[in-house]
Amino acid sequence: MRLFEYEAKQVFAKYGLPTPRGFLAKTAKEAREFASLINAPVAVKSQIPVAGRAKAGGILFVDSPAEAEKAAKQLLGSEVKGIKVLSVWVEEKIAIKKELYFSITVDRANRCYVAVASAEGGVDIEELARTSPEKIVKVLIDPVYGFRLYHARQIAKRLGYTENQMTELASIFLKHYRVAMDFDAELAEMNPLVETIDGKFMAADTRLIIDDNALFRHQEFTSRPMEEAELTPQELQAQKTGLAYVKLDGDVGIIGNGAGLVMATLDAIQLYDGRPANFLDVGGGASADMMAAALDIVLSDPNVKVVFINILGGITRCDEVANGILEAQKRVGLTKPMVIRLVGTNEEEGRRILTDAGIHVLDSMEEAAQKTVELSKSGGD
Amino acid sequence: MLEYGTQIVAGMTPGKGGTSVHRVPVYDSVQEAKDAGDANASIIFVPAPFATDAAFEALDAGLKTIVIITEHIPVRDAVQVMYRAKKEGVAVIGPNTPGILTVGECKLGIMPAHVFKQGVVGLASRSGTLTYEIAAGLSARGLGQSTCIGLGGDPIVGLSFIDVLRKFERDEQTKAVALIGEIGGNFEEQAAEFIATEGYSKPVAAFVAGRTAPPGKRMGHAGAIIMGNTGTAASKIEAFKRAGVSVAEKPSDVAKLLADKLHQGF
Repeated sequence: MRLFEYEAKQVFAKYGLPTPRGFLAKTAKEAREFASLINAPVAVKSQIPVAGRAKAGGILFVDSPAEAEKAAKQLLGSEVKGIKVLSVWVEEKIAIKKELYFSITVDRANRCYVAVASAEGGVDIEELARTSPEKIVKVLIDPVYGFRLYHARQIAKRLGYTENQMTELASIFLKHYRVAMDFDAELAEMNPLVETIDGKFMAADTRLIIDDNALFRHQEFTSRPMEEAELTPQELQAQKTGLAYVKLDGDVGIIGNGAGLVMATLDAIQLYDGRPANFLDVGGGASADMMAAALDIVLSDPNVKVVFINILGGITRCDEVANGILEAQKRVGLTKPMVIRLVGTNEEEGRRILTDAGIHVLDSMEEAAQKTVELSKSGGD
Repeated sequence: MLEYGTQIVAGMTPGKGGTSVHRVPVYDSVQEAKDAGDANASIIFVPAPFATDAAFEALDAGLKTIVIITEHIPVRDAVQVMYRAKKEGVAVIGPNTPGILTVGECKLGIMPAHVFKQGVVGLASRSGTLTYEIAAGLSARGLGQSTCIGLGGDPIVGLSFIDVLRKFERDEQTKAVALIGEIGGNFEEQAAEFIATEGYSKPVAAFVAGRTAPPGKRMGHAGAIIMGNTGTAASKIEAFKRAGVSVAEKPSDVAKLLADKLHQGF
């Protein structure tokens, strides 16, 4: 779960990390009030949970409360990086001497967390890693002993700081690490972490992505209505029903069981020159209900011309799937043509249920994919 | 698993000690279960919030192979489990895996046994149903399998493709290897480099799922996500090709590619 900047900053501040003074505004009028409260030049920052806002015009710097109101009016309700802006964070503008980068993230290959730092902050860190890897400091974190103060000092020193600045920076890194661990962060990032003109440090922008699988330990974030802003109606519905769904921009609706199989199904559709409209994994052991819910979601996408259901039953039973398809037919009506591939556990029963209902079933995934693409090209009728 | 011939000597469910399931005795702790039946492996099905505990309990009991079927284990927990397992020389398969199956001998997992036929192809995969798809394709073409291992769909898993390639290299039953990868992480790139630099002795074919996956979106598996520009299918396919590994365009091609390689008397 990607937290908004303001949420991340509140967490960071609670852990004693220096952050600029700021307020969350949901209206332009509020933005003006907060700007006069700050009584200095401010940054008006769109609250969307993705990186790269500044480049996309989602952050505006202004000098007066009146301008803050204008900036907020411009941003609120607009789309930045395809996401609707529902609130802005009005924050004291920092006089920056230098921008740094610091994050804690997961190193999959080494099966541990890693601290990543650079004396060149405010940039796309991956881009930097590619073009100038020597400018990036990486320290693998021992899962038992953790990230210690001396690691933090070493990093601060390698970023070019000495004496008080080195120890101050080290203490910031250590607190940041605490945040990352306590919040099960997939990524905890300060980018930029700035050195101000008077030699202090401040987390000017922060990102915190919580491991979805650890959300049971972070109940405070489980209901966040603002997340709805970034999800399509189909994605929202999938989230409610516990289905793994990703919206894509094609016209072939896809349902399958197992993430790898569904990805391979999308790839097959593309291989035959079709365009997948979505990824939808009903998971292992899907019930008729789940199957019907999945069809509901895919059929509700207006771009979908034809639906391809690809099921290979292991712990998923083909008869359950078949009943789910019929259930969906009853509930929403099968408004669009379907191609069904159904093999595996209880295959005969599943086929019989569908064939009796006049629905044709195929057994080769690739043949079915080809047929689906043909249907999508013929307009789906 | 019992049906398949796996010697399941004990079950473990706290509070159910003294009962039995399919005539297998159930115990309250892993240690008791291990002592009673002289087990050397454990398979974990418990829900994610409790699975880490179960893994540590199995480690404490000294079991040397641990299969974690459970999906949705937090990364922070998985990191701890893998760290200790590595230290103690314990093989962890998963989490989020269908398990491991040596055809005709033993199954520690949830795979549908009927798709597998005995043969010479060692199969390692990051996904479940796609493994069944490809194994069924191999079987239909007369290419049976030796052992099939699901590495698991999570970002942190116990075994990498390299670990499995090493084991297949030493396995006499295995004459060829199929690697089923997907987007996310860099296990495929590492495997490609390993194959190229070590001069891997057995033919390898690969399939990589997720050519159409957009960046930043989780495709079902927690581990199937392109972060920025790392973990793309293109990068993995490119790496395999550079290493001389044949890459299948679609699942059924894996069988074709391996059949060709084996016929060439590789």
